[in-house]
Parts: sequence; structure tokens; C-alpha cells
Amino acid sequence: MKLALRHVFVLAVCAFALFPILFVVSAAINPLGTLASTELLPTGASPANFANLFASDTYPFARWFFNSVFIALVSSFASLLLSMFAAYAFSRMRFAGRRAGLLALLLIQMFPQFLAIVTIFMIFTEVTELYPAFGFNTVWGLLLLYLGGALGVNTWLMKGFLDTVPKELDEAATVDGATHAQIFWRVIMPLVTPILAVTALLAFIGTMSEFLMANVFLRDPGSKTLAVGMYGMIAGDHRNANFGMFAAATLLTAVPTVGVFLWLQKYIVSGLTAGAVKG
Amino acid sequence: MSLDVREAGRAAATPARPRREITTAFVVSRIAVLAVTAAILLYAVPPLVAAESWTALALLCAAAAAVACLYLTRRFVPAKYLVPGTVFLLAFQVFPVAYTVTTAFTNFGDGHRGSKAEAVTAIEAGSVRQAPGSPEYGLTPALRGEELVFLLVDPKTKQVSLGTADGLTPLAGAELGLTGKVVAAPGLTVLKAPEAAARAADISAMAVPTDGGLIKANGLSRAVEGRATLTYDAACDCVRGDGGTWAADEEQGYFVNARGEHLAQGWQVNVGLDNFARALTDRTISGYFLGVLGWNVIFALASVLGTFALGMAVALALHHPRMRGTKVYRIAVILPYAMPSFAMLLVWRDLFNRDFGLVNQMLGAHVDWLGEPGTARLGVILVNLWLGFPYMFLVTTGALQAIPRELTEAAAIDGATPWRAFRRVTLPLLLVALTPLLISSFAFNFNNFNAIALTTEGGPFPAASPQVGSTDLLITYTFRLAFGAGGAQFGFAAAISVFIFTIVALISAVAFRRTRKQEEVYA
Repeated sequence: MKLALRHVFVLAVCAFALFPILFVVSAAINPLGTLASTELLPTGASPANFANLFASDTYPFARWFFNSVFIALVSSFASLLLSMFAAYAFSRMRFAGRRAGLLALLLIQMFPQFLAIVTIFMIFTEVTELYPAFGFNTVWGLLLLYLGGALGVNTWLMKGFLDTVPKELDEAATVDGATHAQIFWRVIMPLVTPILAVTALLAFIGTMSEFLMANVFLRDPGSKTLAVGMYGMIAGDHRNANFGMFAAATLLTAVPTVGVFLWLQKYIVSGLTAGAVKG
Repeated sequence: MSLDVREAGRAAATPARPRREITTAFVVSRIAVLAVTAAILLYAVPPLVAAESWTALALLCAAAAAVACLYLTRRFVPAKYLVPGTVFLLAFQVFPVAYTVTTAFTNFGDGHRGSKAEAVTAIEAGSVRQAPGSPEYGLTPALRGEELVFLLVDPKTKQVSLGTADGLTPLAGAELGLTGKVVAAPGLTVLKAPEAAARAADISAMAVPTDGGLIKANGLSRAVEGRATLTYDAACDCVRGDGGTWAADEEQGYFVNARGEHLAQGWQVNVGLDNFARALTDRTISGYFLGVLGWNVIFALASVLGTFALGMAVALALHHPRMRGTKVYRIAVILPYAMPSFAMLLVWRDLFNRDFGLVNQMLGAHVDWLGEPGTARLGVILVNLWLGFPYMFLVTTGALQAIPRELTEAAAIDGATPWRAFRRVTLPLLLVALTPLLISSFAFNFNNFNAIALTTEGGPFPAASPQVGSTDLLITYTFRLAFGAGGAQFGFAAAISVFIFTIVALISAVAFRRTRKQEEVYA
């Protein structure tokens, strides 16, 4: 009985979650390919929008796709590692400035990076002159920028979970003669794999959708990410006519994120610490 | 308080413990650190030397030395873990933000982009007119060796002069053709029309200085002498000409005349607190400030509480040992989050469209959802709920798995109802892990530029004041004021950013203080 109630509730939420996506699917396979002719349930099915998308020279979709996935994968893994290091220090060690550091992280995070977009633009104008490989229109420059914003939220998230991993475990390892590095890689990391998976997923999705800075950074059509390119696809007069292509692109963009989620699903195991310490 | 067992143990053991043996991993990791540092130095130093940026070079070398020291010794263990992320944080977040804050005290923006010297150059160059009474010379480009020179023929006197980058000198022995152009000149190679056309860019860039003016080519066969009608006089620190005098005003960063009018081109100066004062006293800006702030707080609170409540409810519903189909449910619930958010915001705008939007279609209504203040506000909160609750579901699921099931089982055995077990056991433990995230989420939604800019663009706007719309957040509102039709006013925009930052920081500091006791249990 109680299980049935749970199912009803979750099904209702699923309906809420899915109906706009159904609309996008319907728009993507709509043979007419315009916004005005799209309804919630598909009235016809044709791959025309997908074909147009890949045939288009104006919108090099495949290139954007590769750029986006590459940036999102590298930046989510690198930022994960960086913030995991910091979280380990904040959670397990006591040092001068620890509390100040934690507070500073929280405060810095409140000043959105994109509010500083003017100065970021000026800084990277210099960088482009000195090191073209890390300047505008390159994925590496954008990666550096993304890593700058990595520490704040992720560190807090992971510190929270490291705090719930019993300290007795690393104390035991210390007694056995493990160094801090060995404790980090051999004891802590395996134990927090579930939260690492969750965080990697969040970072991946966040980077895939990042628009404002990528829009300033990548102006060359070949270096654009999906977000920047697709925004241009339905800008201005193209809004109604290109909506089918846009919906098709939206669906294809969702594929890597859904894929990463399914891939990480098995790491999100239950009963993590329940078995580690008895009593 | 903070000295835990492990540290106490180490403090006692360190003096007696013999030096730890050098392992392979130790050596390899040290070599790796040195190699990476050296590689970065090798890559980064040459361009800096070429650009002669000695400060940056010194900074880079100091940082490299510090990193090498840090990772080669056994000391400073916490710093070893903190430095990698902190370097990026400082370079790409703290520095730009600090730079922005200093910009808030200047008038940087359109008309005030460069230094005073650059402004003077721009004013003088912009005021160049053909000097009154000066001749229009016949121009023949020529080469002296490899150097481009002008042969200039005065139309009245037929006197030929040689114009170079150094100045104008009379030239004897030149042979004039029928059209009045120079055909030959001693020691010079006269360029024929096609050759001259090939060097058109060089010719138009060439300038021959004269007393108080410049001779420049006008096309390929004419040259005129231009004079700057406005000139800067260092003695009075003013610009003269055109029948007026504009004195430099170092407070405004403009050249201003007696009537208070200023020249268009100014320079960047420190204006102190002017930008902040303007935000508070300028009627169009401060008049609606409180209204926007109020809606902004409601929007952020409703977004955070709504998404957290819904996300947690779903996570709890699925967190049951006998629940079936959790995998499928999880994927369905997570899908809104997996969809690219910027694209879905644009899709939602179309769902709410009055004429062919899906919402009206399904309800059989004809409501302009995003065109009325009330429904527009509900609409953007709903859209944000849709976008945000999967995230809360994910983090709550993660946190739930870190809570030992024994705790709720123990509560059940002790006779607690499920609701009491949730209120007294699960929720407090969840909040320990998630409160910082909720605060961050609040800060994020407080400045959720995309959620508004991509759906309502701040609208609907009342007919009386097109400046501020019902769904405007502080950030979209100030972006419109600063970057809208009025031109770029970066200094002013930065000042508003500082206001936003202060407000969010204050709210968050209060929230953080309230949860601090809870956090210290684990800290």
C-alpha cells in the first residue's frame, strides 16, 4: 500500500519531468520542422531534421559536439581531482587558516565568474598575444577558465561527504604505517567513489550547458561548443524555421550526459559506510 | 579541540621515529613534479622575455620555486593538497573579481577606455580637416631605394617637392608630364599606376609632416595637407581650437569648456564612490531597486526551497529497500537535468507562448503566460523548478546513501513513526551534508541570469517604465542599465556587481552562521 503511494508520487513527478522533453522529441521528428507546426504528441515522423543538421555547412554540428564533450570530460575530471585534494585537506587535516579558507571558498563562489566577464576578456586578450595556444578560440583557454571556478561548490560537497567517512579508517591506516598520500589514494578515494560519480556527473552537465563564457571565448565557428553554436541556430529570424533542427540538436546533445549518467549509475551503490565501521 | 587522536599520536611519535625510508613512489612522484614544473617554465618563459614583462616573469619564477620547494620537502602536507586548485582559483576567479571591484571605482566604459595621452591623440586625430587655403597637390608615389616617398606638385606654381616621413623638401630636376604628374626624377624610381595600386595600403598609411599638419594621400594621385583643428596645450592642460577652449577635468575624465560641455573622448579616471552614489541616488536606478530586490529574494528562495523539497521527496520515495523500478524512475527524473539547460529554457518560453504554446493548447486556454506579471513570475519559478529539482534529487540521493541505514532502523525499533524518524534522524543528517549546497544554490539562483534572460528577458514591462520588468532580477536589471542602449558603462556595472555581491554575501553569512553549530559537530 505504502509502496503504491510512492509509485504514484514518483510517476506524477516523472510526468512533470518528461512532458517538455516529449515536446522536444515531437519537434525533432516533426516533418515540417517549424515551431508553429509542433504538437506534444508527434503527428508524423521523419528524420529530415537530423539529416539537415548534419548536412548543414553553416552549422558544423559534429565539430561542436566533439568540442563540447572533450571540454566537459577533461574539465569535469580535472576539477574533480583538484577539489577532492582540497576537500581531503579541509576534512582530515588541521592547519592555520582552515576555517578562513573554507569561508573564503564559500564567499568567492558567490561572486559569479561571469560578473567579471569584462576583466576576464581583458586578461585573455593579453594571454592570446603571449600564448596563442591558451587564448581565445581554443579549448585549452576555456578549460583553464572553467578550472578556476571548480574549487568552490565541489570542495564543500566533497568535504561534507568526507566528514561522514569515519576517521577510524585512516587512523587505522596511519597505525599501519600508511603515508598521507597512501591514505588518500587507497583508503579515502575508494570509499567516496559514489559521491565522486555524482559530482563528476554534475560537473559534466554544468560544463555542457555553460553558455555565457563560451560565447565570449569561442567566436570561430570551428571552435564553438554546442551551447554557443545552437544558440546561434535559432537566433533572430531563424527561430521558427530552424526549431526542428534545434530540437534534433538538443536531443543529440542530451545523449552524452544521459550516457555518462548510465555509465556512472553502477558506482552509486548503496550502503557505503554502513559496512565499514561496526558499532 | 581540534587536536585529534592521530595528530596527538604523531606529535608524540615524531621525535623518536627514524627517518622514513625512501620508496620508489616517493622518488617517482618528486621527479614528476620537477618535470612538470620545468616543462611549464620552458613553455611560459620565452614569450614573457620577448614581451619584456619582467613582473610577470618574476611572479612565474617565484611561483615555480615555491611549488618545487613545497613538493620536494616532506613538510606543509595540507598545502600540498590545497595548492593545485588554489592556483586556478586565484588566477581565474579571485584576480578577475578583484580587478572588477577596482573597476567599480573608475569611470571605465565607452568614452573612457584609455589613458589621458590616448584620449589626446584620439581627439587630435579626430579633428583633422583640410587646412584652409592649402593646395591640393598632384601626387606621384616613388621609391628612394626601398623607401616609399611622395613627389608632390603644387598645382599653381608647378613646384615639385619631395615628401618623406621626415618632412617636405623642394626637389630640383624633376621632369613633369602632360597630366602634371612627375615622369622622372633624379635618383628616384617613379611608380607607374599599376605598381602604385599594388602599394595602395602603404601609400594611404604614409604621412608627411609639415608645420602644424600632415600631408596625406587622397586616392593615388592627389594629396592634401590636413591640420588638427583641436590641439592639446600642455602649458594650460587644455585643448584649444575651433574657437573654444576645453580644460582637462581630472575628476570627470573629460575636457570641459566654460559652458560645461565636454568633448566626446575622455579618459579613465578614479571616480571614488561616484558609481555607488549614483546607484543609490539616480531615480531611474534606485526607484525600483527595492522592488526588484524583493522579487529577487522571493525568486531565489522559492527556487531553492521548491527544488529541494521536490528533489528530496523523490529521493526519499525511491530510497526504500523494496522499491522496484528505481533505475527507470531515476533516469526519468534525471532527464530534465541531462538536457542542455539553455536550450530547454528557450523551449519553455515556447511552451508558454500565447498563440501556439503547448500549455495553452493542453488547457484549452488563451492566456499570455509570460505577458502578465503574476503568471510570468509563477512561470519562471516553475521553469526553474523543472530545471533544478533533478540536481537536488541527485545530491540528496548521494547524501542518503552516506547515512547508515541502521540509524533509521534503530529509530523504527524504538517506536518512532516514519515521519518522526525523518524529522529527527534523516533530515538533520541530510542538512549537515547539504546546507552548504543549499546556500550555494541560493547564491546561484539569486544571480540566475540565464533563467530570466532566456525566458522573459525581464518582462513583462509596464507601459510607464520600460526600464524594469516584473521578473527582472538585480542582475538582468543592471545588465540592461549598464550594457543596454545607453552604451557600455563597465565601471558602473562593476559597482552594481559589488552591490549584488554584498547582498548575497550578507544573506549567506547569516545563513551560514545559523548552521555553524551543526557543522562543528563534524568539523
